[in-house]
Amino acid sequence: MKAAAFSYARATSVADALALLARHGDEAKVMSGGQSLMPALNLRLATPSLVIDIGRLAELRGITATPGLITIGALTRHVDLLRSPEIAARLPLLRAAVAHVAHPAIRNRGTIGGNLAHADPASELPACMLALDAGMIARGQKGERRIAAEHFFTGIYTTALAPDELLVAVEIAPPPLEARFFFREFARRSGDYAMVGLAAMAVVEGARLVGLRLGYFGIGDRPQLALEAAARLVGRDVTAHVLDAAQGALDDEIDPPQDQQATSGMRRYLARQLMAEAVSTLLDRPDLKPGRAP
Amino acid sequence: MTAPAAPAAVAIALTVNGELVEAQVLPRLNLADFLRDQLALTGTHVGCEHGVCGACTVRLDGDIVRACLVLAVQADGAAVETIEGLSDSGEIEDLQAAFRDRNALQCGYCTPAMLITAQDLLLHQPRPDRATIREHLSGNYCRCTGYHAIVDAVESAARARAGRGRGAGS
Repeated sequence: MKAAAFSYARATSVADALALLARHGDEAKVMSGGQSLMPALNLRLATPSLVIDIGRLAELRGITATPGLITIGALTRHVDLLRSPEIAARLPLLRAAVAHVAHPAIRNRGTIGGNLAHADPASELPACMLALDAGMIARGQKGERRIAAEHFFTGIYTTALAPDELLVAVEIAPPPLEARFFFREFARRSGDYAMVGLAAMAVVEGARLVGLRLGYFGIGDRPQLALEAAARLVGRDVTAHVLDAAQGALDDEIDPPQDQQATSGMRRYLARQLMAEAVSTLLDRPDLKPGRAP
Repeated sequence: MTAPAAPAAVAIALTVNGELVEAQVLPRLNLADFLRDQLALTGTHVGCEHGVCGACTVRLDGDIVRACLVLAVQADGAAVETIEGLSDSGEIEDLQAAFRDRNALQCGYCTPAMLITAQDLLLHQPRPDRATIREHLSGNYCRCTGYHAIVDAVESAARARAGRGRGAGS
């Protein structure tokens, strides 16, 4: 299909974009790379009267790294994340995840800010933001505020951003160098949205997990930290019994949807399997791998 | 609300296959339709129109993109290269020959975008293995060939280029 008619404004600065948003509010849609908005426009799922193109705001592009903080501008493209030595060295989880986002031609246009503000519950990056305890920097005409990733994603395609706010950057305190990560998703085809996926960060001391953040995606109306499951795995020796209990806790805290891709039960099964695989990988415990002998 | 009822056309200027193009476009016009309908460059094919099939792949400032997911107004000031440009310049002559030799096309609908995507891979990674080729082409659908012959063609073109690069002939 072809997009319905809309007017177009190319923002000349963040202030200009914010002024346009303040004036047009819900009638307007912000476009960064357009890789989620353009399909929605073409399918007429979105019919804004105005598209505000922020794609040329150089001030929102790029990665700034200090010892304690990595700041990623909202217009940083997926391909820029993939090629960044800072991301590879200090946020390898994010790098691993971006490789699963769509295809090269999409990653050349799509931006991290657009991805996160679009808030597709099956998307990889929102779950990474949860696992990495990222902060979302929202700017309005009255100033900036920092929204923790856990409070940013509020439902399917919805976020805590006010209608007149723009997501301008993401801040992540890089995990300690010895931290371990796990990323895996189940998708029908390479590049598709995942049926279920897991982005996990862990700190391991000896044979035990002392910190664990399990960021699931594709299992509900938003990405979700499996807090109850993680609590059952941290600070103790993980036996098959402990893992079973954690998988049971996971089952209780998620409510996966059913769609053409998978039934709710199938998603629950895949989520449990991913947890076992994650714990096995993070602790380097082949005996905990899914499919192990009882 | 305050946006005008009938959106105004916007003036754009860009280069397409090296030639300067100036046009008036409606904001909702996507780059694929602009190339096809206003410039008669019909090698850029339109399949799904929502970024899934890959048939509309073109190069924008050197990067491959989905032309159906770019507005023509966003291409203002950019350098666009289509299959016509890549073909006429001879840049992908060897890939085209490999596609012919390996029967890597049947109906041909996906072929222009397959060639552009394959060339993108070979520019970034001159010696890809088959898994890498499949991964890079995974966003381009072909409903005829089953992909095997396409992977064969890209692999053989890559080998031939690498051979030439080492002076080993081909």
